[in-house]
Amino acid sequence: MSTYKMFFAGSGGQGVLLMGKLVTYAAMLEGKEATFLPSYGPEMRGGTANCTVVVSDKPVSSPLIYEADIAVVMNRPSMDKFEPMVKPGGFMFYNESIIDRKPARDDIKTVAVDLAARSAALGNDKVANMVMLGEVVRGTGVVQVESVFKAFEKEFTGRKAALIPLNQKAFMGE
Amino acid sequence: MKPIFEYTKGMTEMPTHYCPGCTHGIAHRIIMEVLEEMGDLGNTIGVAPIGCSVMAHQYMNVDMCEAAHGRAPAVASGIRRVHPDKVVFTYQGDGDLASIGTGEIIHAAVRGEKFTTFFINNGIYGMTGGQMAPTTLIGQRSTTSQDGRSKELNGMPVKMSEMIATIDGAVYVERVALDSPAHIRQAKKAVRKAFELQKQGKGFTLIEFLSTCPTNWGMTPVKALEWVRNNVMAYYPLGVIKDAKEEEQA
Amino acid sequence: MTTDKVLMKGNEAFAEAAIRGGARLYFGYPITPQSEVPEYMSRELPKHGGCFVQAESELGAINMAYGAGAAGGTVFISSSSPGIALMQEGMSFLCSAEVPLLAMNVSRGGPGIGGIQPGQADYYQVTRGGGNGDYRIPVFAPSSIQEAVDLLYEGTELAQYWRNPIMILADGMIGQMMEPVRLPDFKPVPKPNEIAGLRDWACTGYADRGGDQNRRVVKSLRMQPEKLEEHVEKLFAKYALAEKELCRYETENLQGAEVVFVAFGTTARICREACELLAEQGVKAGLIRPISLWPFPNKAFDEIDFASTKAVISTELSMGQMLTDVQIALNGRLPVALCHRTGGMVPTSPEVAARAKAVLEGLK
Repeated sequence: MSTYKMFFAGSGGQGVLLMGKLVTYAAMLEGKEATFLPSYGPEMRGGTANCTVVVSDKPVSSPLIYEADIAVVMNRPSMDKFEPMVKPGGFMFYNESIIDRKPARDDIKTVAVDLAARSAALGNDKVANMVMLGEVVRGTGVVQVESVFKAFEKEFTGRKAALIPLNQKAFMGE
Repeated sequence: MKPIFEYTKGMTEMPTHYCPGCTHGIAHRIIMEVLEEMGDLGNTIGVAPIGCSVMAHQYMNVDMCEAAHGRAPAVASGIRRVHPDKVVFTYQGDGDLASIGTGEIIHAAVRGEKFTTFFINNGIYGMTGGQMAPTTLIGQRSTTSQDGRSKELNGMPVKMSEMIATIDGAVYVERVALDSPAHIRQAKKAVRKAFELQKQGKGFTLIEFLSTCPTNWGMTPVKALEWVRNNVMAYYPLGVIKDAKEEEQA
Repeated sequence: MTTDKVLMKGNEAFAEAAIRGGARLYFGYPITPQSEVPEYMSRELPKHGGCFVQAESELGAINMAYGAGAAGGTVFISSSSPGIALMQEGMSFLCSAEVPLLAMNVSRGGPGIGGIQPGQADYYQVTRGGGNGDYRIPVFAPSSIQEAVDLLYEGTELAQYWRNPIMILADGMIGQMMEPVRLPDFKPVPKPNEIAGLRDWACTGYADRGGDQNRRVVKSLRMQPEKLEEHVEKLFAKYALAEKELCRYETENLQGAEVVFVAFGTTARICREACELLAEQGVKAGLIRPISLWPFPNKAFDEIDFASTKAVISTELSMGQMLTDVQIALNGRLPVALCHRTGGMVPTSPEVAARAKAVLEGLK
């Protein structure tokens, strides 16, 4: 592999930026080059949120991407916007619980994840993003599972450290 | 023979550029005399403004930093952060403090900045040739209020000291005048009190001096002093406007 | 040098780099896209014995910075385009009074309040001087968070050495993104009573200077034109030296290039990717990346392969401001074209590559 370009998109509060940040963190811990670029604008709870992540063996030229190897879409507007930007042969992971259409492309690999059911089974709907992240990482190999777990330790500190086992469980699809 | 009066070490020997009858010189001298008496000339950093006293840094014999128009309180706030144990003051006229620099002076007081501001209020822009100031009295003529200041057009003269006294961070505010030996002695006491409170770390202190501008008022020096007594003091009364310590005890 | 990389948001890394570089005084006012800098400073500076003041305005902030710098403090300030515009009065004062300052503009689209997305339209303001009078401010434009960190870390010393503001011009994208970064070690910081000896012009009160009762005055006023002219000439003798010593740039693939991009900051990274795309399409493209915008790296243009290169393209997030400097540097030796987006829009690498092909086509 040389370079993975990724979009993570959804609405504010779905944990989209955290997914991107954890992949970037994990890549760094593996000694790879990585950039994380969040969209930014007037802050609004529940507004749209997306970020781009580039993971590479060589220095990242542009953190801004116009096509992706992997798109992770958490709601319908995000799928409408980012599905056309996936490279042929690339991946799209989507939240089938709330997206009311099927993927339109047949030249990309699509993975439907029922986040509502999966996180309900875990007894906590706040871990839906970790369920999705697990599917993405285990399904594409963009980074290693162990690296993500190390990134958990960096990211979830203090009071949040208690959430690591639940996040690991959600991530592993248990 | 024992000298009974000496020139203060707080002033350089450079002759000032102030017009005859102007009271800037008196204000300079009493401030620097107090610093000398307190033994603080070597521990003081002053901030000079833009206006007639733009060259105060040539006359005041301490380390001095010149500020842009109105910004002296911000500059002094910066100096204070580097040297928390020094005496810091700003010296500002009414155009500088009460017009272009209102934001800076108000917020320095709000932060309770531990420096002292000397506010020279002569109701006119002297350096630029006698234009109306925020403190020009109603009916007073200036080059930009040639028929006299009108309330309808310009509003009433601003009372900065009274405004600043409402701010919690300001611990001592007094208005003094320089028109008579008695008032000058009182002014010097006020200067000392402000510096002492600053050194005790109490908060922001401000002394307003009612000052003169015979040249731009179009008066003789004596008439100008009479104008201060008869007209200016009626609108800007002398006295302690705020003494946080006394209020606390009362 | 610590060896472990950390993942940091640009704005937070800038603040940390300034602290590690010795800055202990920060004065600021909130403005997007750099508000994480004052937030970080308010939290972290007190832990290092420093001071953070949220000023009443950018005017307040720059003048606090001037006062603290004149008193011998090591000062860092940051803002974004409209806030930097308000600070220009102070910049002019600092240059004349020769007060050191490390400043950062995390720039956005304009004019006016504009927007909050990345922009490079402050190029004229920062390289030509947005305030009154004859003065210069050395300005460096990093294209990665690591480069910004390194420039800020060095910048505290450059400001003291040159006794002048030093400006780091980033854009909203570098401020908002995250990248792994290696943080340098903390520089030692002088105590207040050590300043008088180290900085022999700073206002400290003469009691700190032993027997020396010569007072120090920090000022810009010179009423006599002869004195002012002499002072400005002295400043410009200093700037002439700075022009030689602070010129910095990088070049890539100039040998045999048909077309050469000139770009700084974020835009340079996009051009680098455009060069790769063009190579795949059989067009050899090179890149000149100015790191110092003033002094502008004129000598970088002498490295162009004039036998192969047909055009130079100034690529900017503005309507073509650096373009003027590119034209001056080339002095008619090659055609100069512009590739730009503005208002907070950022071109993609295929757009830039397509523009290069169109320029080459137009020359045929």
